[in-house]
Amino acid sequence: MADTSQIKGWYLSLFKDFENHLDGEKSSSFHKVRKEAIGRFAEIDFPNTHQEDWRFTDISPILRHTFSRADKKAATIPTKDQISGFQFNGMKSRLLVFVNGSYSPELSLQPPLPKGAVIGSLTDALKNPHDIVSGHISNNASAGENAFTALNLAFAADGAFVHIPDGVEIEEPLHLLFISTGPGEFISQPRNIIIAGKNSRVRIVEHYVSLDGGTYFTNAVTEIHAGENSSVNAVKIQSESLNSYHIAMTEVSLDSNANYTSHGLSFGASIYRHDLNVALNGEGSDATLEGLYLLSGNQLSDTHSMIDHASPHCSSQEHYKGILDGKSHGVFNGKIMVRKGAQQTNSYQENRNIILSNEAKVDTKPQLEIFADDVKCSHGATVGQLNRESLFYLRSRGISEDQAKLILIYAFASDVLKDIKEEEIRTQLEKMLSERFLAAAR
Amino acid sequence: MLEIKDLHASVEEKEILKGIDLKVNAGEVHAIMGPNGSGKSTLANVLAGRPEYRVTGGEALYEGKDLLAMAPETRAREGVFLAFQYPVELPGVNNTTFLRTALNEGRKYRGQPELSAGAFLALLKKKMQLVEMADTLLSRAVNEGFSGGEKKRNEILQMAVLEPRLAILDETDSGLDIDALRIVANSVNKLRSKENAIILVTHYQRLLNYIVPDFVHVLYNGKIVKSGGKELALELEEKGYDSVRQEEIAAK
Repeated sequence: MADTSQIKGWYLSLFKDFENHLDGEKSSSFHKVRKEAIGRFAEIDFPNTHQEDWRFTDISPILRHTFSRADKKAATIPTKDQISGFQFNGMKSRLLVFVNGSYSPELSLQPPLPKGAVIGSLTDALKNPHDIVSGHISNNASAGENAFTALNLAFAADGAFVHIPDGVEIEEPLHLLFISTGPGEFISQPRNIIIAGKNSRVRIVEHYVSLDGGTYFTNAVTEIHAGENSSVNAVKIQSESLNSYHIAMTEVSLDSNANYTSHGLSFGASIYRHDLNVALNGEGSDATLEGLYLLSGNQLSDTHSMIDHASPHCSSQEHYKGILDGKSHGVFNGKIMVRKGAQQTNSYQENRNIILSNEAKVDTKPQLEIFADDVKCSHGATVGQLNRESLFYLRSRGISEDQAKLILIYAFASDVLKDIKEEEIRTQLEKMLSERFLAAAR
Repeated sequence: MLEIKDLHASVEEKEILKGIDLKVNAGEVHAIMGPNGSGKSTLANVLAGRPEYRVTGGEALYEGKDLLAMAPETRAREGVFLAFQYPVELPGVNNTTFLRTALNEGRKYRGQPELSAGAFLALLKKKMQLVEMADTLLSRAVNEGFSGGEKKRNEILQMAVLEPRLAILDETDSGLDIDALRIVANSVNKLRSKENAIILVTHYQRLLNYIVPDFVHVLYNGKIVKSGGKELALELEEKGYDSVRQEEIAAK
């Protein structure tokens, strides 16, 4: 095991620097949470491949960089044109722009809000201690199991903060656009908090992009709490620079009869790790997790999902697909936990992969832990190549080999994309798919 | 139109075609008959360019060009069509989009303008009537969940849309009930013309009651052992493949 004390020392010194720039906020109650988190960080090691949960994902390249804190003032400000390039053509949305992790009200676009709703930045939320915010953060913020989540909490200062009051429906999707831009190698650590009240409805697009293909590190945490009978629809598009690293933790908790649908789409980053933990805490709650990873070159994408059936009469459906080219590596670990008493659980999980080259590889592992006796659980995983019969069939009708491959890749990916409610997002993703694989196929 | 000379081909190192000679002119319908394992389907697939089949000798000239040197898609664009014995299901690939892409690829190759979605749909409606196919099948994925008969009809619909000069029908009659067989055969008959040629690969004489061939060839153990007119098919039906083969051996 490599010695990581030096890089830990680097992040500890970075924390000192961060504290020194906090001014008055240093004495806030939230800063105590941060200090506890950095204390926790100091105690634990970075994950390594000797740990079961990180067996296939070697993060040591990330530890070879001494990333600095993103400097708000030094960052190249994206132009309006650049921003609109990342927006979804024709989609009406509330746009929240974050540049290197810091909220930019100038670049954001917020139509008037329904009464009582808060859609803004964590920085602002911390400045005006709202009951919900302080309550939520102190109750839920945990340094977590690993060094990355501890680090995120220690540096937590900005991100999206969304609170939808009981019974309120937000019609337009919230487009949370995280733009990374040079110069320099930096780390940004957004912490997003989404609280959906009883009977509320909200759609969120968490979108990570890069302006200049730089080398940087996004270490993100997103907490989602779906209240009773609420509906939260979340799309995460990870389209970071191919030279960057993205480590993310999404923690979701569902109250009774809440509905959570997520689409996780991974295109970018050199190393991507997404932990998606969904706790079905309330009776009758339902979670749908769909995902697609498109990898080429030396990319590594690792999805670790944990669906925790903690109450009876809940259902979960998970469906992740991967398309891998070059020397890329895909990892899928899907854990389903059915706790004692979570009777009448219905859970389904599937991971399917297509490998386009000889050197790409996939490690896929379902994990079922069932402690109730009246449950329906199934899982399946496949790794294969494009079907030769199908390729020949298309070619025999005059369609070129490249195009035939693209058609089949589209077809494979389409059932993950088809349920994305926002047509504009779906169209754009299909376009990305074609650009990516047309180039790769040639 | 097609001239095959001493064609040899193998699959997984096993020689299946052991010297085929066949000449097909425009306007002709040739039936290739033979027992299971005689090489009928191999011949059809070799002509369409299936990669798993390796040509080990001989040649096939299509309109004077070396057919075997062409990629499968080039053969299709040049006007060669194979109706599959087992049409492939393509989940997630829309039937209409697929047909339009295929047609436009051929048109581009021949220097013709591509058909717009509207113009294509109008053309498609006409062709659908020809094969008596339900509109609902167009919005579905290619062959996915189609019955055996629907799949075969979809093959003929593709043939009708692509208008090949040389169509090879590989056991298009197999697995069809009498009504579906009649529809498929009628469609093929409507597509017959002086300009194009059809090769019917079949195990049974039944199809030839509906599509009357100009020539019948008997394929046995990788070689054409007998050729004749349409009456040869009846003779085969009556005497069986073995006796025909024995006669051939005796005659030599």
